Amino acid sequence: MDDRQQDWERRRKMRSIAIALVLVALVIIFYVATIVWLGGNVGKRQL
Amino acid sequence: MAEPGLETRTLEPARLVGGSVGDFIALMKPRVMALVVFTAVVGMVLAPPGQHPVLAVIALICIAVGAGASGALNMWYDADIDALMQRTAARPIPRGRVTPEEALTFGVVLAAGSVTVLGVLVTWTAGALLALTIAFYLFVYTMWLKRRTPQNIVIGGAAGAFPPMIGWAAMTGSVSLEGVVLFLIIFLWTPPHFWALALYRARDYERAGVPMLPVVAGPDETRKQIVVYTALLVPLALVPAVMGFGGAFYTLAAIALDAVLLALALNVYRVREGRVADRAAKQLFAFSILYLFGLFAALLAERSLALWLA
Repeated sequence: MDDRQQDWERRRKMRSIAIALVLVALVIIFYVATIVWLGGNVGKRQL
Repeated sequence: MAEPGLETRTLEPARLVGGSVGDFIALMKPRVMALVVFTAVVGMVLAPPGQHPVLAVIALICIAVGAGASGALNMWYDADIDALMQRTAARPIPRGRVTPEEALTFGVVLAAGSVTVLGVLVTWTAGALLALTIAFYLFVYTMWLKRRTPQNIVIGGAAGAFPPMIGWAAMTGSVSLEGVVLFLIIFLWTPPHFWALALYRARDYERAGVPMLPVVAGPDETRKQIVVYTALLVPLALVPAVMGFGGAFYTLAAIALDAVLLALALNVYRVREGRVADRAAKQLFAFSILYLFGLFAALLAERSLALWLA
């Protein structure tokens, strides 16, 4: 594998990590926003 | 106008090199994003309190990402003329670091994501305004006006003026007269700001075929228009004080900033030849950024202090 290919692989790896981090952040945002909207005691409500 | 087919010339090296995370961040125009976020924060802080802080932070992230999407879509469409201008030639697409297709996909995903998340999690009024802003910047400014008329940044400036209204809408679910005043301040600030830049970058724009006012109507007409728009902006900056959402500190700051801006605009009008003229335009361009930041920072500081003391 030459330098150029190695560089390309490194960039692709960094992009993949960045996308993964963004997706994790989105999951956290949706989770926290759901708690904010529904309230902290949503799990204890009467069904 | 720029040569057709230039985009295809930038495709090949991009496929070989592949963009880094930094290139994709550059596609989002981080400096523009910072100004958008700042003006949106002012809109949010001025709005009546009531929104949950977590949702306010989410709204701010969405506004920032939406602004980034606009930047990426603008760079995708303008890749051909960006390559011809010294100021923009180092952007990721002209340099061959990112392909136009990657930039388009990136921009569309960010735009759809930011609007959807803002609408679903915060308020749909804010989501709709963000969608309008992105669409206005891409379709009205970038695609329609920029290459056709010297009024491009006058009308297109509306896109950059929306963030305080989006911020307000994120907090209240509605728009208000205060938000409209902040919109108008940025709207009238945009022409003298960009025409000052265009005065000393006229050759760049001419080479790329962008009909900025100095290229089409000449530097003298541009200088006149700068003074006209500055004269309209100066009293408008005092409207927040008249309406009561700008207090004594804001009033003093606005008067001082107005005085310097007007003096620099008149200096640009007066000095017309040689390097001194270029320097006058550069001074106006640099100060105009400080001017907008100063006005909004004064509103922010005053309101934050009032909330803290309450």
